Amino acid sequence: MANNSVLGLFIDENDAGDALSALRKAKYQDNEFEIMTGSPYPHGTFGEAHPKIKLHRFPIFGAVIGFTVALIITVGTQLAYPLVTGGKPILSIPPMLVIFYEMTLLFAVIVTILGALFESRLPKIFMGAYDERIMTEGYIGVVVTVPKDRISKAEDILKKSGAESTKRGWEE
Amino acid sequence: MQEHQHLSDKEITDDLVAPVMRSDRWFWSVVGFLGFLMIVGLSGYVYELYSGLGVTNVSRPVYWGAYITNFVFWIGISHAGIMVSAILRLTQAEWRRPITRAAEVLTLFSLIAALSNILFHVGRPWRIYWITPLPPVFIGFDFARGIWPNVRSPFVWDPVAVGTYLLSTILFIYTCLIPDIALVRDKVKSGPAKIIYSVLALGFRGTPRQWKVQAVAPILLSSLVLPIFVSVHSIVSWDFAVSIAVEGWHSTIFAPYFIIGAIHSGVSGVVTLMAGLLWLYKLDKYIKPDHFDAVGRLLVIVATIWFLALFLEWVYALYPLEDPEIALRNMQVFQTPWSYLGLIFLLTGFIIPVGAWCFKSVRRSPMWMFFTTILVNIGMWLERFLIIVPGLSRRTELSFNWGSYSPSLVEMGLVTFTFAFVICGVIVFARIFPLIPPFDLKEGMRFRHVIKVGKKNISAVVRE
Repeated sequence: MANNSVLGLFIDENDAGDALSALRKAKYQDNEFEIMTGSPYPHGTFGEAHPKIKLHRFPIFGAVIGFTVALIITVGTQLAYPLVTGGKPILSIPPMLVIFYEMTLLFAVIVTILGALFESRLPKIFMGAYDERIMTEGYIGVVVTVPKDRISKAEDILKKSGAESTKRGWEE
Repeated sequence: MQEHQHLSDKEITDDLVAPVMRSDRWFWSVVGFLGFLMIVGLSGYVYELYSGLGVTNVSRPVYWGAYITNFVFWIGISHAGIMVSAILRLTQAEWRRPITRAAEVLTLFSLIAALSNILFHVGRPWRIYWITPLPPVFIGFDFARGIWPNVRSPFVWDPVAVGTYLLSTILFIYTCLIPDIALVRDKVKSGPAKIIYSVLALGFRGTPRQWKVQAVAPILLSSLVLPIFVSVHSIVSWDFAVSIAVEGWHSTIFAPYFIIGAIHSGVSGVVTLMAGLLWLYKLDKYIKPDHFDAVGRLLVIVATIWFLALFLEWVYALYPLEDPEIALRNMQVFQTPWSYLGLIFLLTGFIIPVGAWCFKSVRRSPMWMFFTTILVNIGMWLERFLIIVPGLSRRTELSFNWGSYSPSLVEMGLVTFTFAFVICGVIVFARIFPLIPPFDLKEGMRFRHVIKVGKKNISAVVRE
């Protein structure tokens, strides 16, 4: 469902932090507002909620998938056409380990990347209330996403907290 | 410790995105010249495709020549790029920030250059997909193909390892690049470029969750890419070492020897690139003598370990006193042209550069580091050539095929093509994406402070 959103642009870190406190005081929930910055800040700079991510689990899933794929490819293809070469066994373990190793790591990387996108909530097709100056000029954006009847109050809070400008948009 | 110079977010953005927003006058002339070299090289390849491998000088008994030398060389260069980046990220070394991306991009283009050598080297490149376990049902027209790749062959391990490395590198670079693509997206006002950057940025907005993933993902990926990096050059070395037919190649030390050699040439390649970027893009605010000094110290250690591995390789070869091995080493040391090439290799690969890097003034000079690291890579190219060619051209008992090898014009053209391709690739990449990550620099700047001790100001970095 589409929600309305309003963005406040701040120059000062303290003002952005004050805006978040004021929003909480006005009964806005933590999942209704978000900070946006052009570069990483230490967690808690603005008093924002600590994002929980579980990216470390993804490589393990990927490794298991990769190992299984390698097992199927090496064993399956050699058994599908059992041609003895150089008197070696059809399923010769040492060379198969090389393929296991590479495929395990390859799938661990691929699934980690997919996990990184998932945990970042990307791709995001609609940008919502957003301003280019966040990335290019170091402005700090506070975006509040709520139903239409609460948006004006949120905009007032952002302005009173020292937002240099505000901007409306909508998000899914 | 870094010299302190505080820069605002806007200054960093303007400085580092500038090469993307405008074309310098030199850009088109350099790309044009490199493009010309590539076209000349590729025209040789067209001739080779039409006429067959006879236009190269590889022939009995030297079946591997400049292409395989070049393949091993570029695989080596590709190694240090990602190694420098991954190790510095894992150890959270502050001085990594301006150089990690350039190192990763060098890895990407040198890997592509390495793989292109395999295409040049094989007689029927249009059958290259035979190396994949693609079921014949997908390629119905190919009646000749009825069997699967032989997993017992090093020539199957090799594409699996290099392919894994290439794909991982591309994904690694892209993941770390997303915030900077978002920055360029927001700098570009309109037009097709805006649409392309918007698609590539995937809607990145810089939320705390996204920045946290940007902090964690590169560390996780680094820890996954490092084992791949170690395996790739080990497997490349096994292309040689698992063969029992060539004395000079059948050595157990080849894997660590190749890896440390790759780090030596690759880290040198990164330094050459750093110096080139410094001059081309006037990045002296970001790439400082401290960076060259730090990498110079690292290079002294790496070069010394590599020299030890080279020494051990000779010791292990000569200690059993086997006649064929001694005959080969005798040829490498006392017969021309191998003796001259070996001397050049030792001088350029170790003696001159390491001797120079012992001096702080050399390590802190971009110009000296540029030239000494180029010397290293001349030496390292020769090292691979001296492993491959004399090993094959040695005179053995009952051999009726005695011969030597020197590259043909077509081979030299294609070797030149790979060098032009890598340089051109990095320059064009820097025209499309920031080669120094602005978001990383901004974060570093935020944690940088000056501590006053008595009358002295000492720059310090605070870590979260």
